[in-house]
Amino acid sequence: MTDEIITQLSIFVNNEPGRLAAVASIFKDCKINMKACNLAESTEFGILRAIVDDPEESYEKIRAKGAIVRKTEIIGVAIGNAPGSLFEAADVLGKANINIEYGYAYSAKGGEGLFIRVDDPQKAVTALKAAGIKLIKGSEI
Amino acid sequence: MFWNPRMECMPREDLEKMQYIELKKLINNLYSFNQFYHDRMKAEKVHPDDIKTLSDIRKLPFMYKQDLRDNYPTKMFTVPNNEIVRYHVSSGTSGKPTLVGYTRDDLDYWSEALARSFTSIGIGPEDTMQVSYGYGLFTGGLGAHYGAEKVGATVLPTSTGNTERQIELMQDLEVTAIACTPSYFIHLMDTAKKMGVSIKNDTKLRVATLGAEPWSESMRQHIEEETGIKAYDIYGTSEMAGPMFTECEKREGIHIPADIMYVEIIDPETGEPCNDDDKGEMVVTMLKKEAMPLVRYRIKDITSITHEPCECGRTSPRIGRISGRSDDMLIIRGINVFPSQIEYTLLQIPEVENQYMIYVSREGALDRMRLQVEIKPEVFSDKIEDMIKLRSHIESELKKYLNIAVEVELNAPGDLPRFEGKAKRVIDNRVI
Repeated sequence: MTDEIITQLSIFVNNEPGRLAAVASIFKDCKINMKACNLAESTEFGILRAIVDDPEESYEKIRAKGAIVRKTEIIGVAIGNAPGSLFEAADVLGKANINIEYGYAYSAKGGEGLFIRVDDPQKAVTALKAAGIKLIKGSEI
Repeated sequence: MFWNPRMECMPREDLEKMQYIELKKLINNLYSFNQFYHDRMKAEKVHPDDIKTLSDIRKLPFMYKQDLRDNYPTKMFTVPNNEIVRYHVSSGTSGKPTLVGYTRDDLDYWSEALARSFTSIGIGPEDTMQVSYGYGLFTGGLGAHYGAEKVGATVLPTSTGNTERQIELMQDLEVTAIACTPSYFIHLMDTAKKMGVSIKNDTKLRVATLGAEPWSESMRQHIEEETGIKAYDIYGTSEMAGPMFTECEKREGIHIPADIMYVEIIDPETGEPCNDDDKGEMVVTMLKKEAMPLVRYRIKDITSITHEPCECGRTSPRIGRISGRSDDMLIIRGINVFPSQIEYTLLQIPEVENQYMIYVSREGALDRMRLQVEIKPEVFSDKIEDMIKLRSHIESELKKYLNIAVEVELNAPGDLPRFEGKAKRVIDNRVI
């Protein structure tokens, strides 16, 4: 796997008071640092998507705590702080017939970006690179 | 007004003599001709000769819904197939339904019971009765239909649904009586209001028999105040035949014709009889049924009985409002639901664990049932769309087995309460 494909952990969270705190306390107990995260919700449950330091080890630790956790592959697209920069990346993927399932924004000292889950990450990486769009590497987050 | 004054006003002493003779005939017949009853009585070491008085009925063994299920479909029947003229089917406890068969005479006694009931609340040949119970496998629709025809009323067989049309027909055909569930009646009231129709002023409706699900005095008050009609409670289960018995105009309990059904009220723990007016579990013996007799059948409804003659002149025993169940059966929008059915259904769905919680509430006129289930870790997807698909799949499976809509909530494994000892998986928040 190339460094451009990032492993994200997704955790099932019930949509009721205190449930996110319960999941967060697992992260705390396991000393897992979240570098980026996103919460998706439906009426009765939510999904916490997180990018963490050592996904493989963190995955095992969270699972051992009894939470439902899943590894998913996502990619990070660097988005310049200027109008039209999201269009460039989205347009490349659209023309390559790659579907974006969800995405969330990320911002740090190194710059801004968008993490996205696509139906074919490897194909997306190739297409974006060919179009000269910068990808965020796992090691850079 | 009486439909059958001789039977309805017979002195209690004579009624009990008649009940004893009917019981004796029934037990002799079953012991000789029905394998199930024969074996059951043998096992309890009781012989028809041991029945020397009416109260000797207590020597006979109880029957349970499980017996009907174990003998599904037709092993409980005591007549040859060519004498069966109708089937009705209700939901069973765990996947298997309860089948009831009727002979020609069984149908006649069913409508006889209803003819007495309807007459006692003033429904007769001048009336037009709208039957808004479901027609089909459910006993409500066809039962009320035949009863109303027997008293000479005109029947409008609307069945359930298409409520606006029902209200139009109610006006156009000058309907005076209706038979339906109390919650459907409330829905009808609400729909009429939205259509700008006042049941009180714009229709001729004057009487309703409401049943098949629990309701209360305060619901009755609300219905009567808003519509100006009289609303009467009707009782009966598919095992007995269907809806059969109502209150009379005095509303001092539901009359149970003594020649048709013998009622005992027992302490569900000990099986011992309760005193008159004390609450206990109802046990019924159908004295006239041919196709599928019931002897000391544990119907599991909680009520009380009185043997005092009613002011109306009827001498039959009367039972009080059904105040609950001695088992865990729920009645959701008129349909019986057992938690064991839900358990059974969940076992058929590989994506979920077998832990669950049921929440029941009433919103407006309608019962709402929510089911919390735990998903297995391997089916978790981080796409909301996949999870919603999974939820819809579980909902449609439940709908298939239970015949009612259930809202499903997905939970993580281990999130639902575990019980040590007696599990409490049903939270019923309905105020009725």
